[in-house]
Amino acid sequence: MQQSAMLSALIKNRRRNFTVGLFLIVEALLIFLLLGDTSGKVSTFVLAITRAGTNIGAPDLVVPTWSSILALGTLVGVTALWQLIRGFQRTNAVVISMVAVGIAAFLIWATRDKSLNLTGMLVSSVIRATPIALAALSGLYSERSGVVNIGIEGMMLMGAFVSVVAASVAGNLYVGFAAGILAGVVLALLHAVLSIRYSVNQIVSGTSIIILSLGLTSYIFRAFIDPPHPELNSPGSPLAAVAIPFLWRIPVVGPILFNQSPIIYILFMLLIATQIFFYSTKWGLRIRSVGENPKAADTLGINVSRLRYISVLISGGIAGLGGAYMSIGSVGFFNEGMSAGKGFLGLAAMIFGNWNPGGAFLGSLVFGFFDSWQEKLSILQVGVPTELLGMAPYIATMIVLAGFIGRSRMPAADGTPYEKQ
Amino acid sequence: MGKPTAKSPRAQGPDPAPRSPWSRLFVRKGIPEMVYLPILSVFTAFVIGGFITAFSATTTLDAWSTFFQEPVRALAATWGTIREAYSAMFVGAFGNPIEVFRQVMSWIQTGESKALLASIRPLSESMVISTPYIIAGLAVAVGFRGGLFNIGAEGQLFVSGMAAAYVGYAVHGLPWFIHLPLAILAGALAGASWAAIPGYLKAATGAHEVINTIMMNYIAFRLTEFLLNGPMARPDGLPITPEVLATAYIPRLLPMPVRLHWGFFIALALAALVYWFLWKTTYGMEIRMVGANPRAARYAGISVTRITVLTMAISGALAGLAGTIHMLGVEHRMVRAFSPGYGFDAIALALLGNSHPLGVVLAALLFGFMRGGAARMQSLAGTPVELIRVIQGLVIVFIAAPEIIRGLYRLSSARLERLPQRRNADGV
Repeated sequence: MQQSAMLSALIKNRRRNFTVGLFLIVEALLIFLLLGDTSGKVSTFVLAITRAGTNIGAPDLVVPTWSSILALGTLVGVTALWQLIRGFQRTNAVVISMVAVGIAAFLIWATRDKSLNLTGMLVSSVIRATPIALAALSGLYSERSGVVNIGIEGMMLMGAFVSVVAASVAGNLYVGFAAGILAGVVLALLHAVLSIRYSVNQIVSGTSIIILSLGLTSYIFRAFIDPPHPELNSPGSPLAAVAIPFLWRIPVVGPILFNQSPIIYILFMLLIATQIFFYSTKWGLRIRSVGENPKAADTLGINVSRLRYISVLISGGIAGLGGAYMSIGSVGFFNEGMSAGKGFLGLAAMIFGNWNPGGAFLGSLVFGFFDSWQEKLSILQVGVPTELLGMAPYIATMIVLAGFIGRSRMPAADGTPYEKQ
Repeated sequence: MGKPTAKSPRAQGPDPAPRSPWSRLFVRKGIPEMVYLPILSVFTAFVIGGFITAFSATTTLDAWSTFFQEPVRALAATWGTIREAYSAMFVGAFGNPIEVFRQVMSWIQTGESKALLASIRPLSESMVISTPYIIAGLAVAVGFRGGLFNIGAEGQLFVSGMAAAYVGYAVHGLPWFIHLPLAILAGALAGASWAAIPGYLKAATGAHEVINTIMMNYIAFRLTEFLLNGPMARPDGLPITPEVLATAYIPRLLPMPVRLHWGFFIALALAALVYWFLWKTTYGMEIRMVGANPRAARYAGISVTRITVLTMAISGALAGLAGTIHMLGVEHRMVRAFSPGYGFDAIALALLGNSHPLGVVLAALLFGFMRGGAARMQSLAGTPVELIRVIQGLVIVFIAAPEIIRGLYRLSSARLERLPQRRNADGV
């Protein structure tokens, strides 16, 4: 019995290795297809960027298009062959890095005889990744305690809306942020009561929160704000970027990491704090235990419901902050349905990151990158319609979820209501 | 399940079966909870929606600012606003009954039908909107019965509409009895294959269908935009497909301006078909078994993988039919604003209808008439259409947590069963 299970696992593994190898071969062929009319052309990547009137200089990165695509394609091809013949130990890492190589090849191809500001693209990737990363963190808190939170999308929308109105009324962005967080917490309370107290199916509860927020924000927006009181939708210019002394002048890295909106710094701090909280504190361990095995936790005297309530409320607060960042933190107004799937992308990033803060942030960066590449590539006029490029983040999500890069392990009791015996 | 009910604040009175007029009205008479719970949920949602309407109207707020001087005026203004909004919604949904009656009389006397047709147009419009609601609601309901959340009905609506539109305008020279079924089939197949992808991913890799169907929605929207902006745009370049040939139209019942088409009856027939399929066929039973308990189904020798893909494909085919029939019956072309969210509202419909075809039809008629009336409510009473989405969200909350309704109306919970709770989420 044991042996046959091991054997079938081995066969499965072998088949998986083969699939990964095949995928890489296809990728290599696709890269070689890009070689087409690129001979003798060069791709220019600008690394310098101007911030606050200061040019943060760095020499341009100029690469010959044809030979670099050839080199990258060969790299992928060789990796694929190695994978088919010998097999790598860590296929996940191989696939991720090879996909990155493929994207690099595509960028080099798209930039032939043109120039692309790479630093600018990375800066905008981080900016676009921020709401997704906040959504991912929000999902992390909820799901680590065993409550699936599909409603993040709705909480973000509500946070975006409430923060705009509050900031417009108070004339202060920080009041707006506080209100946005509060809005998220209130919706999370609804989710918590439904799913913890009444054991409602958590996806049904989350869906109802999404529909409710969509309806309420659009309704109030049209009834009170859009025609009659546009002044309620003018919270003033969004938060200005804050440069961290000295660090912001580092070429390339400085503009990306150290000259951004304060919310992005808060995100970084939250990420570190979450990592420490879950893996180095008593309360974090308790929340994880509630998400893994509530019955055992209950037996040890941990109040399962209370911990789940707290986690879901924290989740709502972070989602509200993410929503507030989308409206008053970056664009400075509210739009109907402006969350546009960021909450779902956040959940996907969380799964990508295997329910860990660092991984979730990495996943968000991937989505942020794809989000900004749609815009940059349409400027470069690569000949691929922008709508098709815009599918990239969603297709990437599905590939990730399909476990192409290995099945992730979710908290064992995720999604199951716990009813004390 | 005993615990949550016992915890609900009001059910736990000194009297084990609390007496309330509501209890007397429904529970004592032996009316099943399945019937009165949705009714009370919808009623409560409408009451809350009414208050939201009232307190977002400036006249009401003005009246309330002088509440302590003239309390009656404030209350009257509140009531007046609610009444105005809902009666506008009613007239918008059903037409003005007196007017209809008058026109029927004059039609009998004079034989002049134009005014009569105009007077029944609101009713027909509501039925036109109900048509995609019924079919899309059935789509989500089939998914629920199989334990799957098909949140992607909206995207399936779009891809199927595009596929049917293509067959409708690009295939020439066929008689209608071949062209029309061909277009419908193309739409159903497009929807089925679009939904089968997340179904397959769920079955093969365990990737949760909720996120995947949502991703497929966004991909479908981008695909629609791409096709409308290029390959399938009208010759003059507007982001609209060319008009479907008349041979692919679903015929109308009456002359314009009544747009009611045979699709409404196709929808009702589909509801009967879904009932027959789910409860009278082997495949239907297997779908319900997998939905109720996948592990037991596996031990009973059912291939859960196959049934999961099948369930999603059927669900997608139905969602596809919703889009196709709406497009071939009413719009006759595809535009980006083709659906105001039929696929999303379908989730609420399936929940409200308890995933039963009859329930879904009733819920869809309710929502169709609500949406039909909402436009008039917006233009006459100034209440934004989005009110109905608020009502929908509230309805889901109440349906999902019957304890709230029980507590609110002090219904005795002695003989009540919780609505069937389907398989829980595993890994979103």
